Amino acid sequence: MIISLENTTSSAIGAKLVELREEGGAVALGRVLTLVIVATGDSVEAAVAAANDASREHPCRVIVVDPGDDGDSAGLDAEIRVGGDAGASDVVLLRPLGDARHTVDTLVVPLLLPDAPIVVWWPHDPPENMSADPLGAMAQRRISDVGTCDTPIEELAGLADTYAPGDTDLSWARTTLWRGLAAASLDEPPFEPVRSVRVLGSQDRPSTHLFAAWLASSLKAPVTIEHDPGATAITGLDLERRTSSISMRRPEGSAVVTVTQAGRPDQQIAMAKRPIADCLMEDLRRLDPDEVYARTLVKGLPKVAAE
Amino acid sequence: MAPAKVTNGQNPLRDPSDRRLPKIAGPSGLVIFGVTGDLAQKKLLPAVYDLANRGLLPPAFGLTGFARRDWQDQDFRKIAHDAIEKHSRTPFDEGVWEQLSKGFRFVSGEFSDDSAFERLAQTVQRLDDERGTGGNHAFYLSVPPGQFPLVLEQLAKVGLSTPAADTWRRVVVEKPFGHDLTSARELNDVVEEVFPPESVFRIDHYLGKETVQNLLALRFANQMFEPIWNANYVDHVQITMAEDIGIGSRAGYYDGIGAARDVIQNHLLQLLALTAMEEPVSFEADELRAEKEKVLSAVTIPRDIGRHTARGQYEAGWQGGEEVVGYLQEQGMSAGSITETYAAIRLDVDTRRWAGVPFYLRAGKRLGRRVTEIAIVFKRAPHLPFDLNETQELGQNAIVIRVQPDEGVTIRFGSKVPGTAMEVRDVTMDFGYGHAFTESSPEAYERLILDMLLGDPPLFPRQREVELSWQILDPIIDHWTKHGKPEPYRPGTWGPPSADAMLARDGRTWRRP
Repeated sequence: MIISLENTTSSAIGAKLVELREEGGAVALGRVLTLVIVATGDSVEAAVAAANDASREHPCRVIVVDPGDDGDSAGLDAEIRVGGDAGASDVVLLRPLGDARHTVDTLVVPLLLPDAPIVVWWPHDPPENMSADPLGAMAQRRISDVGTCDTPIEELAGLADTYAPGDTDLSWARTTLWRGLAAASLDEPPFEPVRSVRVLGSQDRPSTHLFAAWLASSLKAPVTIEHDPGATAITGLDLERRTSSISMRRPEGSAVVTVTQAGRPDQQIAMAKRPIADCLMEDLRRLDPDEVYARTLVKGLPKVAAE
Repeated sequence: MAPAKVTNGQNPLRDPSDRRLPKIAGPSGLVIFGVTGDLAQKKLLPAVYDLANRGLLPPAFGLTGFARRDWQDQDFRKIAHDAIEKHSRTPFDEGVWEQLSKGFRFVSGEFSDDSAFERLAQTVQRLDDERGTGGNHAFYLSVPPGQFPLVLEQLAKVGLSTPAADTWRRVVVEKPFGHDLTSARELNDVVEEVFPPESVFRIDHYLGKETVQNLLALRFANQMFEPIWNANYVDHVQITMAEDIGIGSRAGYYDGIGAARDVIQNHLLQLLALTAMEEPVSFEADELRAEKEKVLSAVTIPRDIGRHTARGQYEAGWQGGEEVVGYLQEQGMSAGSITETYAAIRLDVDTRRWAGVPFYLRAGKRLGRRVTEIAIVFKRAPHLPFDLNETQELGQNAIVIRVQPDEGVTIRFGSKVPGTAMEVRDVTMDFGYGHAFTESSPEAYERLILDMLLGDPPLFPRQREVELSWQILDPIIDHWTKHGKPEPYRPGTWGPPSADAMLARDGRTWRRP
């Protein structure tokens, strides 16, 4: 069900949500968090779709803030979606116009679920300093996605400069499967230190840099990134050890990783690129500060050399 | 800069604070005996696929099916493919299946056939060579316990039960763990003759359920429940496991076993142990088991078994719009069987915490609906500053933990009815697991198979627990065999009248789940 409200206020929207709950049993009581999405234009629907998918694991109230253009008359338009149009969440779209755009935090406050944690997600351009942003300052978790920015690598460096506990970037979730595979490969004998590391992949993807930075800060070994022309993600990893080096490859477009290690048969495992909803779901799983991300971003990134 | 040290158990890429990294099983193979059976087709193979789909199985994973069918590897893959497509929890992905199924093998033969086990040993060896399973293998005995000795003896004979250095061999057995104390011990002797105790994984799939683990979280991670979790506040506890179906085609297994042996001995007594135990000092396997064993050893059975237990057998009749046959008319049933399809027993826990608090356990088939729950029913408030007629409709407070289906917790308490009069009535507050967390939590078998491959034992009962459970149940079953027979009950109801009478004697009634 979709309900449009024009020229309204946040408290009127809140009252409408309570009314809907009493009428139709569209209950927000079991919701575990409020997810605030800051997006504009076309990106709104894609972000809401991802949030709806993620809400199947983390039932949440989704509040989308979509600031209108400058020239519009001042006020607030809104849309409420519940039931089949909202996955396991209820979605409130807020379109502040004119001067109402300047105090977005007061738009959101009346609609937050009591006591539940707040997560703010900027699917496109994050503010320069997320934790200083009025919305970001309210949140336990601030999620950016610099992979979608025009200059992702510079933005990534910016995230490191302004890092505050509770920040994460979806590029980090994009490395998780690779990280799991790399970690598992060192669980097996022979137990040898890794002397140097090479990460293959797109030089322009933040996930390639974060993966390399994580390896550098954990293994305390030199790590280089080798640009793989045409790649849109991480495409390989070489761990150089004294007797038994390990090499993993997932060519661009393939969903299969081949693991090569001396003295063992080649192994293959399915590992597709993750859809955005999967990454978001992972990020919502824990809402405390991600210390490993912090270490990787702040300490690991400067250690990585590009070839 | 010296590179970070890597040793067995010290992996610089595994940081305890990194909670995103999945626990992936190491290189290993799983051999399933009885792979054509229902359990393997509906639960085990789909669980293996779901694990692979969630990225929790290593690239070096092999699965070998062993059964009597005259199949080649391809035939087995086809059957497994269909079973997985039909029963897997996560969406079916051809890419994942293709990689996983490359490690699927099939060995055809009888358990008595020496050459079949030699072929099995070669197959396992080839998996090590071709897939890199690294000599680590688990043997899942999804076969009737009567065949354990033969299978285990064969495994030992071809050397499959003995691991080489730095590798492991494990065996997985399913309930029933015997049918009384003596047979449980005999069965265990047979298993432990071949595998050391730490390599034996007994699967009680209830312990793999999220809700059962949540019981521990509810009790020990919260401050508000534990202070009232004792005889000062609790009146009694009811643990129910009801099924709405009959025994179907399982007459051969069920007849002579009955509800008490089938589910009370394992599932319900485990639930009792988790509900009643003291706080373990940690969640390490040994500490958890120590507490469960302590509480099971403190369980006492009623002195007058006849008065404090009840049993029944379902009759033919109409159940929910469908005509169903009675237990005695089920296909393959022996005439005049006195096997119970409903069992209810009262147990007491002789500890300071639970002195005088009865635990009522009931389990049965063809009952009102399918439900498993633990209900903690509290005493009435010692003093009510209200008139009797104001609190007419106020029952006892209760916390109900729904294990399945519709997993969650309900709290029942009194609330004022709106209006001018002071009238108090029961209301419920509900937490639905599916509302607050994942829509589909992992299947119990996914968790248990992964834990077994990782060698993580907290969720597997130990032989001592099995023996303690039989010690509780043996005298009751013995009494039943010698006295009378089960009372018939209509299908689709909540059991025989004697079950209600049994609670009425204590001045209580069963909850309607």
